[in-house]
Amino acid sequence: MSSHAVQHHAPPTSFLRKHVFSTDHKVIGKQYYALAFVAALCGMVLSWLMRFHLAWNNVAIPGLQLLSKSGAPGGVMTPELYLQLMTMHGTIMVFFVLTTAPFAAFGNFFLPIQVGAEDMPFPRFNMMSFWVTFVAFVVLMASFFVGDGPTLGGWTQYAPLNSVGAVSGPGQGTGVVLWMISIGLFCVGQLLGSLNFIPTTLDLRVKGMSLMRMPLTAWAWFITSCMGLTAFAVLMPACILVILDHVAGTSFFVPSNTVMNDQVLPHSGGSTLLWQHLFWFFGHPEVYIAIVPGIGIVSHILITSMRKQMLSQRVLIYCMLTLAVLSYMVYGHHMFVSGMNPYSSLAFSFPTLVITIPATIVVLIWTFSLYGSRLRINSASLFALGFISMFVSGGVSGFFLAQPSLDIVLHGTYFVVGHFHMVMAVAAMFGIFAGTYFWFPKMTGRMMNDRLGKIHFWLTFVGAYCIFMPFHYLGLAGNVRRYASFVDDYLQPLIPVHQFITVAALITGVAQIIFVYNLFHSRLWGKPAPDNPWEATSLEWSTPTPPPYDNFGGKHPVVYHDPYQYGVKSSVGDYVMQTSPEQVETEHDEK
Amino acid sequence: MPNTIHEPPPIDVSYLPERAHSGNGGWKNLVPAGGPPQVALDYSPPASSTAIWVVMFAIMMMFAAFTSALVVRKGSALDWRSFTLPSILYFNTLVLIASSVTLEIARRRIAAFMGGLKSQAASPSRWLYITLFLGLLFVAGQYVAWQQLRAQGIYLATNPSSSFFYLLTVVHALHVLGGLGGLLYVIRKLAKSSLRRSQLVATARYWHFMGILWIYLLLLLWMKV
Repeated sequence: MSSHAVQHHAPPTSFLRKHVFSTDHKVIGKQYYALAFVAALCGMVLSWLMRFHLAWNNVAIPGLQLLSKSGAPGGVMTPELYLQLMTMHGTIMVFFVLTTAPFAAFGNFFLPIQVGAEDMPFPRFNMMSFWVTFVAFVVLMASFFVGDGPTLGGWTQYAPLNSVGAVSGPGQGTGVVLWMISIGLFCVGQLLGSLNFIPTTLDLRVKGMSLMRMPLTAWAWFITSCMGLTAFAVLMPACILVILDHVAGTSFFVPSNTVMNDQVLPHSGGSTLLWQHLFWFFGHPEVYIAIVPGIGIVSHILITSMRKQMLSQRVLIYCMLTLAVLSYMVYGHHMFVSGMNPYSSLAFSFPTLVITIPATIVVLIWTFSLYGSRLRINSASLFALGFISMFVSGGVSGFFLAQPSLDIVLHGTYFVVGHFHMVMAVAAMFGIFAGTYFWFPKMTGRMMNDRLGKIHFWLTFVGAYCIFMPFHYLGLAGNVRRYASFVDDYLQPLIPVHQFITVAALITGVAQIIFVYNLFHSRLWGKPAPDNPWEATSLEWSTPTPPPYDNFGGKHPVVYHDPYQYGVKSSVGDYVMQTSPEQVETEHDEK
Repeated sequence: MPNTIHEPPPIDVSYLPERAHSGNGGWKNLVPAGGPPQVALDYSPPASSTAIWVVMFAIMMMFAAFTSALVVRKGSALDWRSFTLPSILYFNTLVLIASSVTLEIARRRIAAFMGGLKSQAASPSRWLYITLFLGLLFVAGQYVAWQQLRAQGIYLATNPSSSFFYLLTVVHALHVLGGLGGLLYVIRKLAKSSLRRSQLVATARYWHFMGILWIYLLLLLWMKV
């Protein structure tokens, strides 16, 4: 390791600069994690309320009036409030949890350390990135308390509902404008994030850290930041257009002669499909923005737990790159029932099937690498395995939905709800949990309780299957989604299934208290963590725990190996750290 | 199998330039041992060089989205009414092109100054101030164009064509104002003798990009509006 001491900026001393308006990437990473944590709790409570109403739709929910007086007369949820909660649940989870935690939180904390940098290149922009995202969350949550509540148009905010104002229902005036402002701000925050992540990866790598010597997590965050750069730069102008339709009287998205609630709307000539194209150009890559960091995290953790390299690290990287590129070519599969030209459906169906190939290769690499390995079972590796299970189970249903003829039947049903929750939401959440259990010692200097972590895993794993697998059966039975209650004759027999799902959701939600307890208790009273508790090799484990302000104590590390030299015989055990100049016999070592 | 690890070449830290951050990797991975600091800089580009491409790409995607929206919206209904673009836009275009020329002169003079050719470094900030003036003139010219359209009764919501005109020109002008902020930053740094070449290059690239973007937008508006 180079002995050249570099200390370009002194650590801040005031509380505000140290913990609130900090430019330290590690603090910003923790801030993102805290934001995602709060957002996840909010989103989970909203899902409980929805699930309870779906199962027992005439039963009053105590305290619901506090959330919305007009939306819960006597504590019973109105259909409008149900749709508002559904919209907020989706928005909070997709943007402020699934994007924020695996990418912005872990990426901010560990990307600079994993490439050997002392910080991001533009720390002030990095700080702005978090605080803009925070304001975006506040604006979104403010819609609960402004006017007639949040928007009810779903997290996709389809036109023309998103542009016609209060005539289309509660929350469709101020609520939509606040939603658009919030998501527009969120886009700004993520673009500022990409502005830091990309140069960090390309320009700030330490000596010896070639691109192929970067850990898979660093690759995943880099690829995700490139996807975010493209996707959020398109969603933001779309939000601007909607806001103009609301406040400036323009007609981008509302067709001529639209009649809504017995009123002819003054807008004319707009295109509802235009919104869907702009939205899904962002929306489908967003799925991969949520899941690719998880692929990186899971690979990183599994390799460490298996004590051997993946079958091919390079192929994993190429697959993530392919997923990223193809994610922009498949977005039309969300629009098979939109009235789009049928030939366009075919054009989008083909790459949708093709994108399963890199995803399948990733899964096969994981599976065959695991085969015969002596996996160290701990909370992190269990959640990594759970990620694979969810990714496969949810991904399989994607094959069906990629066919336009089948999607037309299934698109409006719970089949789709089951599919995207498993493949994107729960899988990504498992990636977040795995990352938390794995990196918590480095982030806080204390170990988490592994026994509680394993209990948390099994309850969550079984619970997630109990919740989301039945959704597929409901969808095949024709159970429509986005309905606040199921009063039709053919839906009545399905209500017991909904009740089962609701009970499972409540139990699984309560099981998360174990995680919350473990998180806070370990943070305060956990066993002190050594510098390298997992005997891992990448750079984050070669620095003290928790890392000093400039990450490496005023020194530049030098990298001699790729990040996954396990299963070798070295002076310290069965691994060689990236910073160790020790030469060992190995099957493969990237240059 | 024997290991094939290569020891990185020895590096003399006294030759390394002062860097804001720790990266010695960059695109080329290894900083060559020995050699002047400039070589090390070439091997490891400053982050601002990459960052400005990131910024330009984001802006490009944003205007690509607006462009596709314009094309789709125009084709989706028969309510599109064309209008004649204010002629001052062509004057503004010349002003923006001229500002790119003056900024390039400034950049080369400052680069010559940094390279030690002090004879060519006469008042490099003068050209930066001229660029700043031309940039402000461009924004003022755009404002005049908006006023001319308002005088004709063409407002943001009058027609989708006018909506897109105002939208594209205002968003572009806001980005030009951002570039003017960058110019002010460069002028301030130059006055303090703390300007880095990468900062100047990044600002110049952004400014030229604003010019190219405007020419594209003018052509788009001329053809479609």
